[in-house]
Amino acid sequence: MKVAVTVNGTKQEHEVEPRTLLVHYLREVVGLTGTNIGCDTSSCGACTVLLDGQSVKSCTVLAVQADGAEITTIEGLASDGQLHPMQEAFRQHHGLQCGYCTPGMVMAAVSLLDENPAPTEAEVREGLEGNLCRCTGYHNIVKAVLAAAEGAAS
Amino acid sequence: MIPAKFDYVRAGSAAEAIAALGEHGDEAKLLAGGHSLLPLMKLRLATPAVLVDVGRLDDLRYIRDAGDQIAIGALTRHHDLETSDLLAEQCPMLRHVAHLVGDPQVRHRGTIGGSLAHADPASDLPAAVLALGGTLVARGPDGEREIAATEFFTGFLESALAGDELLTEIRVPKVPGAGWSYQKFNRRAQDWAIVGVAAVRNGTTGVALVNMGTTPLRATAVEEALAGGASAAEAAERADEGTEPTADLNASEEYRRHLARVLTRRALEEAGA
Ligand SMILES: Cc1cc2nc3c(=O)[nH]c(=O)nc-3n(C[C@H](O)[C@H](O)[C@H](O)COP(=O)(O)OP(=O)(O)OC[C@H]3O[C@@H](n4cnc5c(N)ncnc54)[C@H](O)[C@@H]3O)c2cc1C
Ligand code: FES
Ligand code: FES
Repeated sequence: MKVAVTVNGTKQEHEVEPRTLLVHYLREVVGLTGTNIGCDTSSCGACTVLLDGQSVKSCTVLAVQADGAEITTIEGLASDGQLHPMQEAFRQHHGLQCGYCTPGMVMAAVSLLDENPAPTEAEVREGLEGNLCRCTGYHNIVKAVLAAAEGAAS
Repeated sequence: MIPAKFDYVRAGSAAEAIAALGEHGDEAKLLAGGHSLLPLMKLRLATPAVLVDVGRLDDLRYIRDAGDQIAIGALTRHHDLETSDLLAEQCPMLRHVAHLVGDPQVRHRGTIGGSLAHADPASDLPAAVLALGGTLVARGPDGEREIAATEFFTGFLESALAGDELLTEIRVPKVPGAGWSYQKFNRRAQDWAIVGVAAVRNGTTGVALVNMGTTPLRATAVEEALAGGASAAEAAERADEGTEPTADLNASEEYRRHLARVLTRRALEEAGA
């Protein structure tokens, strides 16, 4: 089955088996390994990417379902050697330790601010409900997202 | 984890989807958002030979004013529901319940039609539609028929839909001023309800239970007690009457019965019954 998608602004076209999951397509066929697989059971959010601008768990989407869509992965956020403001906020506020959850966490946070540019702390915590972190205790992740929201507003 | 092999058919219209179901019979399954079906397929608990993808039927993705009802296309996503101004005005409970489903990523993909057709007793939207007294519209080779939500759930993960029928629309009454409550009890973020209770007070009071048996259920004993003049506290004592909750890692049968009574009392009090 043919899949044609735009990943981080670049057109991609491949022949894939219908059962190929989007996360495997991105990692193994397109070769973008920034998107992690944590649980494989739709729980952890490590595999979060943007599908037509909205966060999705790419382990729970078939590549063929994404045919024709625009996909953004963590590799697509930085531009001209400049980190995306959300990445910069995670760095500034120490929003990561081992970093395994981080690509998914950052993508979920980007989608969250897109839908709600000025969230409260509670809204950030709730909005990142689909992403698990085993290291940070979330506190600094929440701080980073709030800082990114403030930065975007000022 | 990768699903077993299947053939993939992308339906370009509802008619094409129905024809594909007719052609492939029991071998085929519809794919909407995939957020119930794909996890099952990855675990090989479901191994359909053919997947008929209805995810692109955008003409079945709408939330419309339909007189004294709201009509919702089956392919409408949870995120569309949780952000709908029409629902905020006319049926705020449904909007609120959609917001409590899973997490944002799940709500970006999952559909109300998929949630109802999947008929999981642990799901939130079926209970909300039951308590509201909604109606479901199914389309098959011979046209459309309406199914009352109370007649829709027939067994564990089983519905009144025939093998070649597509759920196309969900209708709920407009209840702008009605008291309502949705009590979802769980212990972890993004989790399913261990027990849930939906209550809507619109003249009479509709009460539905999550995870208290093999199907989403109406709490008929509670509804009868209220109609007979019982107080909220009295009626709630009957919440588990006639139910057959199961025991699992989260709760024993007795604990589920207890939760049903406590959550029903809270729901009725919040709904002002
Ligand atoms: C991590 C996670 C957490 C979740 N948490 C919750 C939760 O807290 N509460 C909750 O209620 N749900 C929860 N869900 C389930 C989610 O709401 C699903 O989206 C929903 O149950 C199914 O909708 P879908 O569109 O994804 O259906 P699919 O998975 O595509 O389909 C489900 C079933 O319905 C059938 N079907 C789909 N559409 C139609 C149609 N139009 N006509 C006839 N048959 C159809 C399919 O053939 C399949 O058998 C969760 C899911 C995940 C992955
Ligand atoms: S790998 Fe997709 S949610 Fe964990
Ligand atoms: S930083 Fe290690 S899992 Fe989040």
